[in-house]
Amino acid sequence: MNPFLGSLELIFSGDREVFQVAATTLRFSFWSTAFSTIPGLILGIALSGHRFPGRRTVAAVVSSLTALPTVVIGLAVYSFISRSGPLGHLGWLFAPAGVILGQTLLALPIVVSLVYTGLSKLDARFAETLITLGAGRFRRLTATLFEAKYVLASAVLNAFGRVTGEVGVSMMLGGNIRWYTRTMTTTIALDTSKGEFERALSLGILLLGISLTVNALVHAAVKHEQ
Amino acid sequence: MKRNVLTFALACLCAASTSGMGGKEQPPANPRIKLATTTSTENSGLLGHILPIFEAKTGYKVDVVAVGTGAALKLGENGDADVVLVHARAQEDAFVAAGHGVDRRDVMYNDFIVLGPASDPAVIGAVKSSTEAFSKIAAAGAIFVSRGDKSGTHVKELDIWKAAGIAPSGAWYKEAGQGMEQVILMANGMPGYTLADRGTWLAVKDKTTLKICYEGDKGLFNPYGIIAVNPAKWPTANYEGAKALIAWITSKEGLAAVEGFKLNGEQLFFTYK
Repeated sequence: MNPFLGSLELIFSGDREVFQVAATTLRFSFWSTAFSTIPGLILGIALSGHRFPGRRTVAAVVSSLTALPTVVIGLAVYSFISRSGPLGHLGWLFAPAGVILGQTLLALPIVVSLVYTGLSKLDARFAETLITLGAGRFRRLTATLFEAKYVLASAVLNAFGRVTGEVGVSMMLGGNIRWYTRTMTTTIALDTSKGEFERALSLGILLLGISLTVNALVHAAVKHEQ
Repeated sequence: MKRNVLTFALACLCAASTSGMGGKEQPPANPRIKLATTTSTENSGLLGHILPIFEAKTGYKVDVVAVGTGAALKLGENGDADVVLVHARAQEDAFVAAGHGVDRRDVMYNDFIVLGPASDPAVIGAVKSSTEAFSKIAAAGAIFVSRGDKSGTHVKELDIWKAAGIAPSGAWYKEAGQGMEQVILMANGMPGYTLADRGTWLAVKDKTTLKICYEGDKGLFNPYGIIAVNPAKWPTANYEGAKALIAWITSKEGLAAVEGFKLNGEQLFFTYK
């Protein structure tokens, strides 16, 4: 069957498992994006707003962390949350919390890096103007954030896109447990290994559709705000 | 500080995600059982067939992590699983002897088979034993795809090479490092020979043009055992749940469920009667 038709059929067939897997993917991605956004914003703003020795080095390190392979993050977190690791008592391995922790660490450098570079591109006169107008620290921050909302939205969307599309962290830390930690990407990996390429491809198209929808919604929201 | 906030938030999330569970009459105190097992039991569909019966009866929920036998035992050893269902008898005994597991029971068996191209280029169709089959494949330099992942099947394959007195290496010997289905599909694509468990073969054979080139030798017997993770070593493990699962799967009802699992009319796993 044509994979495009297949993905439509998957969506409209009312297959409970497909919906459950899609919902799990969205839930994990939502929380890991949320958890990485707040510290990511703070760090990104701190990095762009303050001059301190070694700032460029820190920025370079952060931007190279964005290229960290998911399996490396997965492995590092795995060794911490395994029962035999230092955080083993939490019981997060092969559970949603483990995946969310791993994905949060995956998304964090992306948010920091994009916020930092985005804010660095703002016209330098913008900050000066605010100071000239007598804006206080807090007012300057909120005005900067408002001015840079596209930057922030794109940072968050990039983080979201990265975590919805990753497979290494979900597989290693979630264990691909049916009805529990199975996400769209781990389902695709499983279907591929079982030789069910068409179903895998259909799910891939569905994933792309979800990603596009989320992007469109956020862009529309930002535009509406203007 | 930030880490604390994160930890707290994740802990809340964790609590929220588990609080919605249960709902069965008299649910067990700890209803989640983590079962580390091999791809052959999960991906063939066996566990999807039998576990819902156990879950409906007891109120437990079994979380299946499907990896190779070596990895499954490692998860048990590290306390990351409550119970393991695997197929590599020598390793299972070592696992119990080392104090990692308790209550080992035999569950079921099937057999390994040597798959190969329909043309059978190394002519192993008429050989007398699996070691002879492997020797002929090596001598012909025919492509052989190995799991290469310390799974039960990989361990069996290495045992056969050893018995044949061959250290497989060279361009013809491909170590895939993948699951059974993937390896069968790779052997299909190359095409080449591979060692597979019959359960997985029956599950994917419609997608390939391979055929069974050799089967039936005693050395190809493939028994599965279930072992609870030692609660003395890992008090965090759900030992009650592991015991319940072991008791059920080896009960008349459990064994009948295993026997009743069929793919395209063919039975995949057999129990000891």
